[in-house]
Amino acid sequence: MNPKQADKLATGVLYTVAGIIIVILASLLGFILFQGLPHVSWHFLTSPASTFEAGGGIGIQLFNSFYLLLLAMVISVPIAIGAGIYLAEYAKKNWITDLIRTSIEILSSLPSVVVGLFGFLVFVLQFKMGFSILSGALALTVFNLPLLTRNVEDSLRQIHFTQREAGLALGLSRWETVVHVVIPEALPGIITGMILGAGRVFGEAAALIYTAGQSAPALDFTNWNPLNIASPLNIFRPAETLAVHIWKINSEGIQPDAAAVSAGASAVLILAVLLFNLVARYAGNRLYKKMTAS
Amino acid sequence: MSEKATVITSSDVHLFYGKFEALKGINLDFKEHEITALIGPSGCGKSTYLRCLNRMNDLIDDVTITGNIALRGDNIYAPTEDIVQLRKQVGMVFQQPNPFPFSIYENVVYGLRLAGVKDRTVLDEAVESSLKAAAIWDEVKDKLNESALSLSGGQQQRVCIARVLAVKPDVILLDEPTSALDPISSTQIENMLLELRDQYTIILVTHNMHQASRISDRTAFFLQGNLIEFDETKKIFLNPSQKETEDYITGRFG
Repeated sequence: MNPKQADKLATGVLYTVAGIIIVILASLLGFILFQGLPHVSWHFLTSPASTFEAGGGIGIQLFNSFYLLLLAMVISVPIAIGAGIYLAEYAKKNWITDLIRTSIEILSSLPSVVVGLFGFLVFVLQFKMGFSILSGALALTVFNLPLLTRNVEDSLRQIHFTQREAGLALGLSRWETVVHVVIPEALPGIITGMILGAGRVFGEAAALIYTAGQSAPALDFTNWNPLNIASPLNIFRPAETLAVHIWKINSEGIQPDAAAVSAGASAVLILAVLLFNLVARYAGNRLYKKMTAS
Repeated sequence: MSEKATVITSSDVHLFYGKFEALKGINLDFKEHEITALIGPSGCGKSTYLRCLNRMNDLIDDVTITGNIALRGDNIYAPTEDIVQLRKQVGMVFQQPNPFPFSIYENVVYGLRLAGVKDRTVLDEAVESSLKAAAIWDEVKDKLNESALSLSGGQQQRVCIARVLAVKPDVILLDEPTSALDPISSTQIENMLLELRDQYTIILVTHNMHQASRISDRTAFFLQGNLIEFDETKKIFLNPSQKETEDYITGRFG
């Protein structure tokens, strides 16, 4: 085989592999949307779930998913940014830093069900938070933090050393250089990573089953007092999310239309995650263009 | 030339990377409104020495510096020295043009903005005067809001120089500022430096001996961490007193 033929063969193999991946992805997506979308209606998206009868919706679960996501991000983003900055800009190259980095890597490969059980033992039982949004948000933080930190650190490291030199040589302090030169340049990467992380958190079920709970008590959407048990904002109430709801219906649902509800909820979930990914790309590109004024 | 004030004095500067002695006792003074060129073969310590003058070597781990460097009489290695202030006074331009990935305008005003200047007219004036001084105003005045990265290498380097000028430094250090540029851009920058000489003290590291002979008033020749010879440029290039200097300048090594 001469080099030209070898090149053709290799290209062919690569195209085939890429094609297989696309076909798998497209058929999965198509299947879920095809099965689920017919069941999705305004009523389905806004009404509460029903336990025994047909015609239940996913309104509360949908709200819970977004609220939990928001809380989890509010807790994890500042920590991830702080830790990422420390690791990328300040940490000395020694065994302690290596240990931190290894720990983060191990933590990021932890199965989410283990994180869920950890959350159950620590937040739910030990700290007596019960099955609550707070327990769920903290478990999601444990689940999400390593990858976010890694993302922030990597994004900051991508910025070339000469940019830091330029900042320092201009009479900026080290912190000013980080805040005003390095972070702005790394921001598109950081934002993209955050939104992708949000997508993962949004679809997470295993870590929440034992922390945020599997029940969705009725909510009063006119009551915005966070301390009231019926208020949507209350962080001490149990909150079944969309992903948990899908799992639960499929494992023990007794509604006559359980299959349809599950399919519809899956379609909504997938669309939301897809949306997160598209927004991540768009926002990242847009921001980069804006920052670099190009 | 004797009436010019001395801006930087350095005496017995030693620098160690770990145990390796990169500078072996440098005594060198720089006078106001002059261009001093530091020449020598790669690894001779000229860039290392230059980076001592605004304490950029502080960024590298495991560096020890001894000796005395004073800027207008103040020891810049004193424990009380404000490094941030020092670097405002002693600006630096690097080998690779390193503009921030922001607009040209933002690049030039970045130092001022962070120093707290908010007045738009002050900033506008600083942009215009700095870009004019860096001899690039005519090329970019109509596209100040475009990314500095869209410019050519030579233009980027001049924007970087404008960025340094905007902070109104006393001394400008240049570390092989033209070695990544084409000859035309290099000439533009050389001419600009000659213009700037009247207002600043310029210290230039260069590999290009023609450049040193064309624009510098004094030249220092470094070899293996030692300062071999320091004199008026004419003298160094026409009638060096040291054998090593002559060998290097005539191209016998290096």
